[in-house]
Amino acid sequence: MNLDLPLIWALIILLAVFMYVLLDGFDLGVGILFPTARNDGERDLMMNSVAPIWDGNETWLVLGGGGLLAAFPLAYAIIMPALYFPVLLMLIALIFRGVAFEFRFKATPSHRRIWDLSFTFGSVVATFSQGLVLGGFLQGFEVDGRDFAGGPFDWLSLFSVFVGAGLVCGYALLGATWLIIKTEGELQERFYRLARPLLFVVLGFIVLVSAWTPLYYPFIAERWFSWPNLLYLSPVPILTAALAALLLRALARRREIQPFVLSLGLFLLGYLGLGISLWPYAAPPSVTIWDAASTPSSLSFMLVGVLILLPIILFYTGYSYFVFRGKVRSGEGYH
Amino acid sequence: MELDPELLSRVQFAFVVSFHILFPAFTIGLASFIAVLETLWGITRQDLYIELSEFWTKIFAVSFGMGVVSGIVMTYQFGTNWSRFTDAAAPIIGPLLGYEVLTAFFLEATFLGILLFGRGRVPARLHILASYMVAFGTLLSAFWILSANSWMQTPAGYELRGGVFHPSDWWAAVFNPSFPFRFVHMVFACYLSTAFAVVGASAWHLRRGSFPAHSRKAYAMGLGLIAVLAPLQLLVGDLHGLNTLEHQPAKVAAMEGHWETQQGAPLLLFGIPDQQAEKNRLQLAVPYLGSLILTHELQGEVRGLKDWPPEQRPPVAIVFYAFRIMVGLGLLMIFIGLAGLWLRWRGRLYDTPWFLRLCTWCVPIGFVALLAGWFVTEVGRQPWTVYGELHRSDSVSPSLAGGHVLTSLLIYIGVYTVIFGTGIYYLLRIGRQGPRVGALPAGKASARRPLSGADVALDEGDVP
Ligand code: HDD
Ligand code: HEM
Ligand code: HEM
Repeated sequence: MNLDLPLIWALIILLAVFMYVLLDGFDLGVGILFPTARNDGERDLMMNSVAPIWDGNETWLVLGGGGLLAAFPLAYAIIMPALYFPVLLMLIALIFRGVAFEFRFKATPSHRRIWDLSFTFGSVVATFSQGLVLGGFLQGFEVDGRDFAGGPFDWLSLFSVFVGAGLVCGYALLGATWLIIKTEGELQERFYRLARPLLFVVLGFIVLVSAWTPLYYPFIAERWFSWPNLLYLSPVPILTAALAALLLRALARRREIQPFVLSLGLFLLGYLGLGISLWPYAAPPSVTIWDAASTPSSLSFMLVGVLILLPIILFYTGYSYFVFRGKVRSGEGYH
Repeated sequence: MELDPELLSRVQFAFVVSFHILFPAFTIGLASFIAVLETLWGITRQDLYIELSEFWTKIFAVSFGMGVVSGIVMTYQFGTNWSRFTDAAAPIIGPLLGYEVLTAFFLEATFLGILLFGRGRVPARLHILASYMVAFGTLLSAFWILSANSWMQTPAGYELRGGVFHPSDWWAAVFNPSFPFRFVHMVFACYLSTAFAVVGASAWHLRRGSFPAHSRKAYAMGLGLIAVLAPLQLLVGDLHGLNTLEHQPAKVAAMEGHWETQQGAPLLLFGIPDQQAEKNRLQLAVPYLGSLILTHELQGEVRGLKDWPPEQRPPVAIVFYAFRIMVGLGLLMIFIGLAGLWLRWRGRLYDTPWFLRLCTWCVPIGFVALLAGWFVTEVGRQPWTVYGELHRSDSVSPSLAGGHVLTSLLIYIGVYTVIFGTGIYYLLRIGRQGPRVGALPAGKASARRPLSGADVALDEGDVP
């Protein structure tokens, strides 16, 4: 039997990155929305809605990064030096945001402001730089032999800044719909009201990015707009529109769980769209997943681990979400 | 002046990893300590244990948070600064790091949430289980990362084809020759460092008479561990060194400060190695002892640095001094362990002022020894990234310019100083605050507690 290991690994890494975007997406979103809290009590609630799970969520980033390194080292070796500064920015921002979870509760009231700000800015900047990374990735890399051959600021363009801004709004939408689940009363009402405009902004970004990427690469345009692909791929935009409509209705009817699930669906479709555009490149526009793949021995050695361990990880992650289900109330936490 | 991206990348890697390792070392030790305390509570149902556990869990959480954020930086360093190394060695290093994430990081991160926030939400037994899972996760994490690092020191189980390390035998790669020694030595180092932190904090409270019952318990537990582990560490360290002599003789020559190959080599207690002149100044040595330790024979032959061309020698001074710092502190630890036993036997363990003061001063020695040990290992490996196979100048990312690395290095230095400086300050403050005693009415130890009011009390002086 001949398994296409690079293909399987590409799917696994796509899954890991997607899990990261979903899970850390909403808890970064909570950080982005942090300034909407009106007092310390509300800030405590918002923070505690993600405190027990943020670390597990961020671990998907380590899996995405580590998985890319392990399965597609050539892509890692090209992408990381090319995106040196956005990655640095993201890491620094994640530091500020990560320590805020602990420091905020250990600080004197006057210093607590500092960690509130560190949480907000850390979340916004980390998200924005992830957008820069995504934008830079979509634009592609200049490669010579097995090395990145471009300049340190190749990623910087109107497009990547635009993707960064879009991602900030997208994560904010995820955060708002998550907080609808976790809060009640007046605070919850505020997120209902916030989610609606956020949705429109996010839709705007989706449309614009979808129109912009085919301009970068003729092959993307060809992939989407040629017959019969047009037919097979048409469900993606149609479903997106349908989900957006459902989401609006769920918000209007003050549903609690539905808005979050539907927002996740929107992200999934956007992600699928990008995946279809860029397939099968691990470092566009020249390095495919088969070029970049590690040795077959490495891929199969790890595949065994993933097949056994990923279900277990999903199981206990699910259990931990189950333990911390329900509304957050003041007076909870370990601090 | 020309800025060398390779040198700056080395400094940057050394800087971020040195910070990172301090926190995992502490959390590896504390996680096991907390698991023991939770178990003792499960057996005895004495509030004292749970109060101690909650106290050290608070410190654990802060340290863990800092370990996670500084650890994420590490994975990305490989790609950003060492892309050629990644390209060549990832087929072996990658899966090891991948297994670390899959087996360890998810386990730790998920059960940490339950350990910190789950008391009262999950059954008591499950809470104890969570503490085991976290402790187990930290040890697994050390297992994989040390396997990766040891492979770079003593590569095995691979074939070099077209500049890429192709794995040929996973068992040999994972359990490469230096790995068992490094793993045991490192885990002992983590436990010792943590024990000194616990003992020091408890001694501080004992001297002031605060929390006597709790402090005595933790103090006695920590000193007991030190009495056992410190001598064992010497033994393991010796074996580790012999293993290094077999696989990386140039590193041992640098550790010992031997320039000439000789029979009946002396043991240098002190000296000032001079890389240019290829000799030591102000040397203080014990004749024959060097050969005796390394070859177990008085006249055994020991190779000196001049056996290697100058460009293949590690920077001697750093290795030489760091090794002496580590071993010196190791001997101090053995002394403290023995002194503790003696005082216990005389019934003076808790009220001997000089010893309590000594213990308080010794809080950092574990961490200093640990870093010194790593400097010996890593600097002694130079100029290789993968020993004997991949030179560090073939490892660095070719697209980087010195200015870029200098920028990122300065940013890291600035941010780490502020963030981790603050974190260490908070750790010390929580330590000084001591356990919250009596806040948990007997039997109610698993009830949920209010959060904000009591938190503020953390800040002495701010409470009205
Ligand atoms: C609390 C920390 C601590 C203490 C007290 C000691 N060590 Fe250590 N040592 C380490 C912490 C450490 C370490 C950080 O864990 C290292 C660095 C990497 C490694 O494998 O272990 C290390 C490395 C290391 C090496 C280098 C191995 C190599 O080539 O890679 C040797 C030869 C020793 N140790 C020997 C000793 C001896 C003879 C000690 C006598 C007491 C000793 N160590 C105490
Ligand atoms: C002796 C060396 C090392 C040991 C024993 C070690 C161990 C640990 C442990 C126990 C953690 C969990 C967090 C904590 O307890 O603070 C951690 C975090 C982390 N370490 Fe290290 N580490 C070492 C060096 C490195 C290096 C060189 C890398 C880079 C590849 C690295 C990557 C990471 C990452 C990515 C995390 C974050 C994990 C998370 O999100 O939970 N570590 N490390
Ligand atoms: C955790 C404690 C560690 C410390 C304090 C430490 C320290 C250092 C130092 C001082 C250097 C620079 C050496 C020189 O250029 O003279 C270095 C380089 C390096 N270390 Fe470590 N290290 C640690 C663990 C690790 C681990 C666990 C790994 C891998 C899994 C690792 C991989 C590397 C790499 C790739 C380099 C750069 C390449 C080279 O200079 O050889 N280190 N480290």
